[in-house]
This record gives sequence, structure tokens and C-alpha cells, in this order.
Amino acid sequence: MTNTTAMPADLATPKVLPARHSADFTPRYWLFSLPAVLVILGVIVFPWLFTLYMSGHDWKIGGGPEFVGLQNFSELFRDTRFLESMGHTAYFTVLAVVLPIVFGTAAALVFHREFPFRGLLRTIFVMPMMATPVAVALVWTMMFHPQLGVLNYLLSLVGVGPQPWVYAPHTVIPTLILVEVWHWTPLVMLIVLGGLAGLPKEPYESALIDGANSWHMFRHITLPLVWPFIMVAIVIRTIDALKAFDTIFVITQGGPGTASETLNIFLYLQAFQFYKIGYASAVVVIFFVIIIMLSLLLLYARQKSKWNAE
Amino acid sequence: MKRLASKIGFALSVFVLVSPAVLVFLWMLSLSFKNELDNTAFPPVFIPNPPTLANYLDVFEKNNFALYLWNSILVTGGAVLIGLGVGVPAGYGIARGKATKFAILILVARMTPALSYLIPLFLLFQMTGLVGSITALVITHLVITIPIIVWIMIGYFENVPMELEDAARIDGATTWQAFRHVALPLARPGIVVGGILAFIFSWNNFIFSVVLGGKNSRTLPSAVYNSLTFEQISWGPLAAAALLVTLPVLLLTVLAQREIVAGLSAGGLKDG
Repeated sequence: MTNTTAMPADLATPKVLPARHSADFTPRYWLFSLPAVLVILGVIVFPWLFTLYMSGHDWKIGGGPEFVGLQNFSELFRDTRFLESMGHTAYFTVLAVVLPIVFGTAAALVFHREFPFRGLLRTIFVMPMMATPVAVALVWTMMFHPQLGVLNYLLSLVGVGPQPWVYAPHTVIPTLILVEVWHWTPLVMLIVLGGLAGLPKEPYESALIDGANSWHMFRHITLPLVWPFIMVAIVIRTIDALKAFDTIFVITQGGPGTASETLNIFLYLQAFQFYKIGYASAVVVIFFVIIIMLSLLLLYARQKSKWNAE
Repeated sequence: MKRLASKIGFALSVFVLVSPAVLVFLWMLSLSFKNELDNTAFPPVFIPNPPTLANYLDVFEKNNFALYLWNSILVTGGAVLIGLGVGVPAGYGIARGKATKFAILILVARMTPALSYLIPLFLLFQMTGLVGSITALVITHLVITIPIIVWIMIGYFENVPMELEDAARIDGATTWQAFRHVALPLARPGIVVGGILAFIFSWNNFIFSVVLGGKNSRTLPSAVYNSLTFEQISWGPLAAAALLVTLPVLLLTVLAQREIVAGLSAGGLKDG
């Protein structure tokens, strides 16, 4: 855990050193990065540029590209299926960020205290986020089964009627959020726990002398101090929730109908089901812009909260 | 009395926190050791009685599991080794050369959805006839392994004091020797952390193999998914397969939890 204390707050802003040594050494370090630069140009930068190029073309697999300018984009914004997928993504993302942040912060407060078997229990708690998403998605699918699923049986024990889970349009997204919360609350816990580990003791001691209760200490000391870490967790969760794919794809493939079709699922279907390469590339470009803008916005919010705190 | 009550309350909250994870994995275990009759019984049978290994045998006999396991080992192994070979020196170069822009590029690469690389790479592999080959999958998995390894190594090399390398150079070492014999050994924990996380994210990856994997080159996650869609659903073997797929990762989590926690906090955004 040695590195957890200081690092999370730095992770959203690259921690390449503010000049500790004069920069005149720089050229001799180029060669170290050269192989990585070449590979990254090939598998990352080339795809980005090629996607941008394709987004301006009408291109179906099998045929050739035909330049159509911005037509793919104007078509997208008239495509109700695309617009609905944006709506689903927004709905999913908001809850898949807020709930893990709340639960993860609460879990971090618990795991910050000393208690027997803490290490073991923390490892168990962290397991969902390490497990192969496809594997856990398959188990959830079996648990959601309307007739034979264990969840409806457990509900019946406490007198709640059977739920349709992922089999009805109005419950499918909340159900997928349940899986996402189960899956990613541990990540938030780890980040906030790293923040708690670095807290000073003095404010708590003087607050105790002043007779503050534990809620006051949390609200006025702990929360402001770990807020930068929570902001980092919000940035990471937002990006991850926007990109969520594996569990949604395995459990519902966007269904029933298109009720859980998020942007990423829509993109997959356009590209590899309908083979509309140009159209799908335009979706990627929009996706890219959304992610970059949101991360800049959140980073800005983080900086601002930091300035206010100082 | 009040202290006892708060202790019980605390124990209860720990229990509530840990039980969702425990229950899902236990249910997975239970499904995989029950026969088909018990698996489709209602009310559900919780404890396999008697437990059966039939599902596991089924996975290996009927589903070509060994082939897909080998594919996963090749793809993840290849991508992690190349990722380390390329990414560790790059992390050093960026940390020492203060290549901020390159570092930001790496960060953006980690934030971008995996699907966005997939369309161009799919076309490229189609043109070169590599679709359905292990090579194509290894190359694509570099999208996962390189950024995470580079990002973690930057952090570790920045914590290696420059003075040691300066001293080596005064003694006549070249830049390469200073890296190889001074900085690299000191950053070894970072190599372990980066390697473990790259392994986990690459092993867990699903979408690349769905699109680029052929019938005989699929990795485990997409192979298990395919057995769901194209065959009669039978829960026992499926749960057994799912458990086997994720077992290496869960074992690694238990064995290397300190390293994983350190790495995730140090910037291991998840993949995908």
C-alpha cells in the first residue's frame, strides 16, 4: 500500500515532473520511448486518424469508400435509435457513477478502521472488479432468470413478487446498473481508501475536544479532505460507465428491443452487425468528443475544488 | 453496553458490504457443482448434494476448452511480454525526458473506448489476411497492455532518485547502462505491478476476440460467451466454464493483492 497514499490524486493529471533537472538531457532519452512510439502510432494513433477519415465516407464492408462529407453526422442526429441510445447512456452513466461513489465512499470509511480479518475481507470485497466481466455477467444472467433465477426466489422469501429484471424495458437499465454497482464499487473504495490513509490526525483530536459527533467530523473534516480523491473516482467512473460494454452485451445485447442499447452497443451493432463502417466511425468520433469534453470538465471541477480548498 | 452495540453495528456493516461479492461467487460455485436437475429446480438447491464434477469434465470434453485456454495464454502472454519490452523503457524515457505530451497521449488512449480502435484494425487485418489469427489478437491486445504499463512505469521511475544514475554516469556508464543497471533494478516492483495489471486486463478482454477471433483462435471469454449463444443453455457447464475462465485472475488477486491495490491507485484505470 506504500504507493496508494499520495498517488491517486495525481492520476488524473499526468505526473510528469515539473522540471527537477534542467531539460538539456532530454534528447538522449528519446531512444527509450522510440519502440513504444512506433507501436502506439500503429495501433492507437493510426486507428484514430483512420476513424476520422472513415467518418466522412459512406463505406460498407465489401464496397469501397465514397466521400460524403458530414452526411454521416447529420444522419446520426436524425436517427432516433442513436438519440435513444444517447439517452440510455446518460441514464445509465448518472446512476452508475453516483451509486458506486456513495457506496464506495461508505465502504472506504469502514475498511479504513482496524478490525479482525480486514485484509482478507478487503480482498474479497475487491474481487468483483478483478473477475472476468463475461464470467460474472453469465452468472448474473442465470440469477435474473424469471422462473428459475435465484433472485426471484430470494425475493419471494421476503414477500416480494417476481421481478422481470432484464426482461422488461422499464426494469432492464436499473438491473444493469445493479450489476455495474456490484462490479465497480470496489474501485471507488480503493481510491477513497488511499485518500483516507493520508489524512492528518490533528483536526480530529481538536474536534473531539470541541465535542463534535462523528457525523460532524465526517461532514466537516473527512469529506473536504478526501474530496480530491472522490473527484478522481468520479472522473474514472464517468469514463468507465460511458464505455460499459461487456456486461451489457453479454446480459442483454441491448434488448429487450433496444431498451438497453447504450452508445457503445449501438456502435458495435452498426459496425459489426450491419457493417456500416462510415456511419459507425462517425459514432466513434462523437463518442471521443464526449469523453474528452467530460474529462476536461471534470478535471476543471477538480482543479477548482482544489483551489477553493487551498 | 453502548460500545457493544456499536461493535455489532460495525460488524453488521462489514457483513453487508462483503456479502454481495461472496454470494455471487458462491452461487457460481454452487451452479458448477450441481447436476442439471438441481440447477433447474425451483425452489433452487443451494448446496450441491452430492457435488458432481460432471460439469467440469463436460467443459473439457465437449467444448474445446483446452484450445481456447491455450489461445488465451498465447494472446495475453504475448501482449504482456511485448508490452513490458516496449513499455518499461518508454516509461523511463518519458519520466526522465519529461515527455509530457507523450504521457497525455497515453492517458487519452486509456480513456478511449476499445471499440474505437477496433474498426480500423479490423479493416487492416482483413486487408492483410490476419483476421482470425492469434497474431492479430496479440497486436490488438497491445492497445490494452502498453498504455497501462507505460503509465505505471512513469510513476515508478519518477520515484527513483536521479542522483544514483548521475553518479553512475560520472563513473563512466552510458545512459543505457545507467538505465539497465541502476534505474531498472530499482523500479522492479513497478514492473511486477504493471505486468500483473496488464495480464488481468488482457485476460479479461472480451470484445477484441469477439470481433477478431476465428473459430480456432478465440480467447476464453469470447469462447465461453459463444457457447451461451449457439448451444442449448445448460447452466452447470456454463458456470463451470465461467469459473475456470476467471479463476487465474481471482487467484492472482488473492496472491498479489498488495501489488494490485498499489497499481490501481497509481493510475490503473480499467481497460475497455
